[in-house]
Amino acid sequence: MKKAWRICWLALVLLFIYVPVLILAAFSFTDANMVGGAVSGFSFDNYINLFKNSELRAMIFGTVALALVSAAIATVLATLGAIGSFYSKKLPKTLLNSANQIPVVNADIVTGFSICILLIVIMRVDKDTFIPLGLGHVVLSAPFVYLSILPKLKQMDNSLYEAALDLGATPAQALFKVVIPQLIPGILSGFMLAVTLSLDDYFVTTYTKPSTFDTISTYVVNATKGSQTEVKTALWALSTLIFLIVVVTVVVMNVLAGRRKEDSK
Amino acid sequence: MRKLRFHRSQLCIPYALFLILFVIAPLIVIVYYAFTNGEGKFTFKNFTDFFTSTNTLGTLLDSFALAIVTTLVCLIIAYPTAYILARSNFKKKYVLLLLFILPMWINFTLRITALKEVLSLIEGNIAKYQFLNSVIGMTYDFLPFMILPLYTSLLKLDKSLLEAASDLGANKLTVFLRVTLPLSVPGIISGMTMVLLPSMTNYVVLDMLHNSTFIMGSLIGSYFSAYDWNNGSLIALVLLVIIFIVTLVTNRFSDKDSSDRRAVI
Repeated sequence: MKKAWRICWLALVLLFIYVPVLILAAFSFTDANMVGGAVSGFSFDNYINLFKNSELRAMIFGTVALALVSAAIATVLATLGAIGSFYSKKLPKTLLNSANQIPVVNADIVTGFSICILLIVIMRVDKDTFIPLGLGHVVLSAPFVYLSILPKLKQMDNSLYEAALDLGATPAQALFKVVIPQLIPGILSGFMLAVTLSLDDYFVTTYTKPSTFDTISTYVVNATKGSQTEVKTALWALSTLIFLIVVVTVVVMNVLAGRRKEDSK
Repeated sequence: MRKLRFHRSQLCIPYALFLILFVIAPLIVIVYYAFTNGEGKFTFKNFTDFFTSTNTLGTLLDSFALAIVTTLVCLIIAYPTAYILARSNFKKKYVLLLLFILPMWINFTLRITALKEVLSLIEGNIAKYQFLNSVIGMTYDFLPFMILPLYTSLLKLDKSLLEAASDLGANKLTVFLRVTLPLSVPGIISGMTMVLLPSMTNYVVLDMLHNSTFIMGSLIGSYFSAYDWNNGSLIALVLLVIIFIVTLVTNRFSDKDSSDRRAVI
């Protein structure tokens, strides 16, 4: 393949990926009420509305809170689960690994619907307690945390743990001071992954959420069906902000990862 | 020593219980509900209804058609992209790759909102090109999940094999068809599963594009709204069987490293 052709192809794919997001971003800074509509000037109104409108504010706050809390619970559960399974005999280990794989390969919609049936329909747990929603998000993300910790356990130097015990540490001390510190990179990336899975989820949320609560996903889907122009254009601003946050996060994480590599050289 | 190992493996008990209660139990409940009626009596009616109604069978076929076309389109766009990225001499290839998969961290409902605005701008009335828009929407949503595993498997490819093939007289096309392509099959397979299943179930993408195309996911959605847990469970069960078959087939081809859907960062 000629070099020019290669660059052309990559550019075309990038255009497909980024043109919609960037056009939306451009229009979010105007007073237009539809993309391609009449623009009479530059305006920050959409950004102001995004933070002034209490419904939008509550929705954004709720989404982030749900993601952080469910990711924290998922991280604790899955970290302990991964450590435990790593030291288990073959049969329990295989069983746990297979059970962990179920939500990974399963469709989110089946995960969400089945949790709704068990908790809300059969056990009659009140949706408004947020318990079905929270548990649903933990089911969605914990298996991925587990998967991001397992390889770190395999790389770990096991003799350090034995050494700590020989030097008089209790098993609990050895666990917290020797094993877990070595797993930190896996735990952190697992946590980040859990947060992003929760933020992106629609199906588990829609089948388990309290009727008055919305995450970004469920809110946006309802808003596209409605005709409130002010909300619609404020969501363009939200989309642009999230895009910027993702870009900054990815850049920062890569700079940090690059530094860590340099340090270890 | 024995006692100590016992201690550490016990750490997985909370996670094991969690998986039994909120992953395995809900699936058992789904199977039970699929074969009972509203009064809790055992019946095959949901099952026979699904496979005799032209509506539901049509939906199943539509889902397959949409999923297969979407998967192929994603593959056709993603394979050259991943190939160029993996083979480029660019020093920081990984940064370039990030550019292509970055959108997957932006909430998909917001991305589809952006796509919808652009499509309505181009097409005028987006209701006119339903199937085309479904494919574009799904491709837009899932393309990163196809690029990533392809890139991973093409990057791992042993370059000396390619050199050996051309030293032995194979031309570029033969090297690609007889060496590169067969060795990237694991990446192709895991990319295909990551796109195939979601594009059978993610009806929200279609809803947001004002599309009346009905897929398996939409059936669960409408049974959920009608509080018809039994028929909803049957659809979930059909999806589970499809997922199970796909997993069985793909486990024979795919390599462990790249088979975890969304498990990146």
